[in-house]
Amino acid sequence: MNTPTNARQQLDEAFRYAFLLDWGTRIGLVALVLSFAAYLSGLLTPHVPLDQLPSVWNLPVNTFLERTGTPTGWGWLALAHKGDLSNLIGIALLAGCSLPPLLGLVPLYLKRRDTVYAVICALIATVLVLAASGILSGGH
Amino acid sequence: MTAWRPTLALKFLWLLVLLLAMPAFAGDSVVPSSTLPWWFWPLALFVTCFLIGIVAVPAGIGGGTLFVPIIGGFFPFHLDFVRGAGLLVALASALAAGPVLLRGGLSSLRLALPLALVASMSSIAGAMLGLALPASVIQTALGLIVLGIVALMLVSKKSEFPQVARPDRLSSALGIHGVFIDGASGRAIDWQVHRTPLGLVLFLAIGVMAGMFGIGAGWANVPALNLLMGAPLKVSAGTSGLVLSLVDSSAAWVYLNRGAVLPMIAVPSVVGMMLGARIGARLLHILKGSVIRKMVITLLLFAGIRALLKGLGIWV
Repeated sequence: MNTPTNARQQLDEAFRYAFLLDWGTRIGLVALVLSFAAYLSGLLTPHVPLDQLPSVWNLPVNTFLERTGTPTGWGWLALAHKGDLSNLIGIALLAGCSLPPLLGLVPLYLKRRDTVYAVICALIATVLVLAASGILSGGH
Repeated sequence: MTAWRPTLALKFLWLLVLLLAMPAFAGDSVVPSSTLPWWFWPLALFVTCFLIGIVAVPAGIGGGTLFVPIIGGFFPFHLDFVRGAGLLVALASALAAGPVLLRGGLSSLRLALPLALVASMSSIAGAMLGLALPASVIQTALGLIVLGIVALMLVSKKSEFPQVARPDRLSSALGIHGVFIDGASGRAIDWQVHRTPLGLVLFLAIGVMAGMFGIGAGWANVPALNLLMGAPLKVSAGTSGLVLSLVDSSAAWVYLNRGAVLPMIAVPSVVGMMLGARIGARLLHILKGSVIRKMVITLLLFAGIRALLKGLGIWV
């Protein structure tokens, strides 16, 4: 069942995926910790002042957005210089860091003529991009 | 005799829907605010997540499963933000463990990718549904799900190396099989799976729950992979993390796009949980797994009852 060749092939896939995922996660976490430090220390002024948080973090999200004027979708990018919203860079990196490993597997599978898995990887990547775009969730 | 049964079933279903929706009509869910200074809650969140991280690893469940009912039940944050943070906690833990498990041969891409495709699609639907429904309905359903997890933890058996006599046609066509070296015995174990179509349907439902409640679905993934599809326990646990990393990513984007990710809640949770999990992994050989597991079951039982009562408006 598991010939040495396909066991080797599965390890190649795993190592390529792991390498790209590892680096994506590291970059995301570093961005998250640095931006949070800048937020807490006051280096970057927050969009919602820290002392006002207790009066809004108990509200449903739609009321919170109305009350604080926080944008939805990718609107936060325009306010990424604000301490709180700058953290979304790290969060977006973490939520998107599976994309490079998935796309990295496509040529590997195509080279082996494993079209089904190449298509599965491309489809998952498409789902992630659609989710990120906000088209599906009405984020714009 | 035969006619009244469906009617009765329908009435019961309607009653259940009404019961679930009733607190929603009572006004949607502004959580009572706290009089403590703002910094108290993120600090308490960090400490709580650190402790959850320590016990989650030896208990064999993802931190996200404990996070949402505990933080949603006892902290003054709205459930929308708690679920957004819960997804990120589960995602960050899965991402951190993923590369190690892949390199160790404990996580199979061939097994994970088809399941992740259906579950990531349904998790988007689950997240959208979760953000559309009133928080009290979600809180009530969360309570029921958590109590279900407790029951599952109490009764489910695990099979270290399930016997799969013949792989099904779909798994054969997809080439879902592999080999891993069992660290305990040093043996190379060949594995294959069966009941793949049923597994795909189950992962569709798991994706919806992961997105809707913001809990990592490791508690459901592992039994589905191990007991239903017949993957070895260690491969099931490793592959579950990989599936989670993709499922939670899709759902996390929905929460992010809808503005339901509040950094002051999400970041202390992610950092606390990851630091705690590192300690938990080191204590894995020292702590008695069965004792921790009983403690976590008690904790989940309490958090589940709290979520249920909070959702029903009995204990707000």
